[in-house]
Amino acid sequence: MTDASINASRAYEDEASFGDYFALLKPRVMSLVVFTALVGLLAAPVGVHPVVGFCAILFIAIGGGASGALNMWWDADIDKVMKRTKGRPIPAGKVEPGEALALGLALSGLSVIMLALAANVFAGAFLAFTIFFYVVIYTMWLKRATPQNIVIGGAAGAFPPVIGWIAATGTMSVEPWLMFLLTFMWTPPHFWALALFMRSDYDDAGVPMLTVTHGRRSTRIHILAYTVLLALLAVGTAFSGIGGPLYLAVALVLNALFLHGAWKITRRDEDDSEADNFKVERSFFKLSLLYLFLHFGAILAEALLKPYGLGGW
Amino acid sequence: MALRKDHELHKRRSGLNLGVGILLAAFVVLIMALTMVKVTSASFKFPGAQEEQN
Repeated sequence: MTDASINASRAYEDEASFGDYFALLKPRVMSLVVFTALVGLLAAPVGVHPVVGFCAILFIAIGGGASGALNMWWDADIDKVMKRTKGRPIPAGKVEPGEALALGLALSGLSVIMLALAANVFAGAFLAFTIFFYVVIYTMWLKRATPQNIVIGGAAGAFPPVIGWIAATGTMSVEPWLMFLLTFMWTPPHFWALALFMRSDYDDAGVPMLTVTHGRRSTRIHILAYTVLLALLAVGTAFSGIGGPLYLAVALVLNALFLHGAWKITRRDEDDSEADNFKVERSFFKLSLLYLFLHFGAILAEALLKPYGLGGW
Repeated sequence: MALRKDHELHKRRSGLNLGVGILLAAFVVLIMALTMVKVTSASFKFPGAQEEQN
């Protein structure tokens, strides 16, 4: 085997598979987008045809995936530094940055146009704004400029239920914005808990996480502050048009647990955390995943029970 | 290096081609279903009919 043939063989080994292109769309984030957008669509007071609803959720998900591909294109330099992200298709050498850019732009255009045609122009325009917000405002501008990057990024991730609601109704009201605020206020404690136990990753990449710029003590206090505000909002939502007794019960239990977890994080110092390998921070992070899923699940349950006279107040 | 017919690369490329093919076919079916729903809904009017009304 010659050097040329060895090089050729390696080049073939690095050629992307279908799964590598799919990974550019951040499937895990897409699953959250699909779920919250679906809840927004089904909690809306106006019903949509199942095919139209399916198309709306699909194109919102594709728009979210397109944002992910554009984010990976722009952040390829820091992705290759961080342990959590260095296996992504671009830093792993499977996909060229230009390919990710092309895929992201093409899917952005496709998703916006198709959502406008399937649902309504307002929903399509709002999806376009969400992609712009996530890619330009968050990824390109503020992610590397401010330690509040997670708060701003959280806004982009919180838009899907609003888009789902608009896709169904064609109008705006208070309820989808309560769902927006739920995800928006949930994101900082969720990611700051992750940053506490994935400490070296963000330091190495030079991303100004709160843990780096303001210190870990301050991050712990920030987690508690956001969790208190989140709890007030989450329980208050129970008395809105999307709430009800079931949602209230779920919110009371989960927020008590979440507040307890945040309080424990605040009371710990670094020695405590190092001693048990961030056990409390890790369990708080796991609880945060369940927290969001069950809150949106309860909103969905209230909406599905309404036709039987059971959901809502 | 000559690529034999059963080279692993062929499997990966055929997987990519198959994936894209299935997606395109699914997209065509989806657009057809969406069109059927739109044109059979009670609120649907042909553009010409809308102009006549106006």
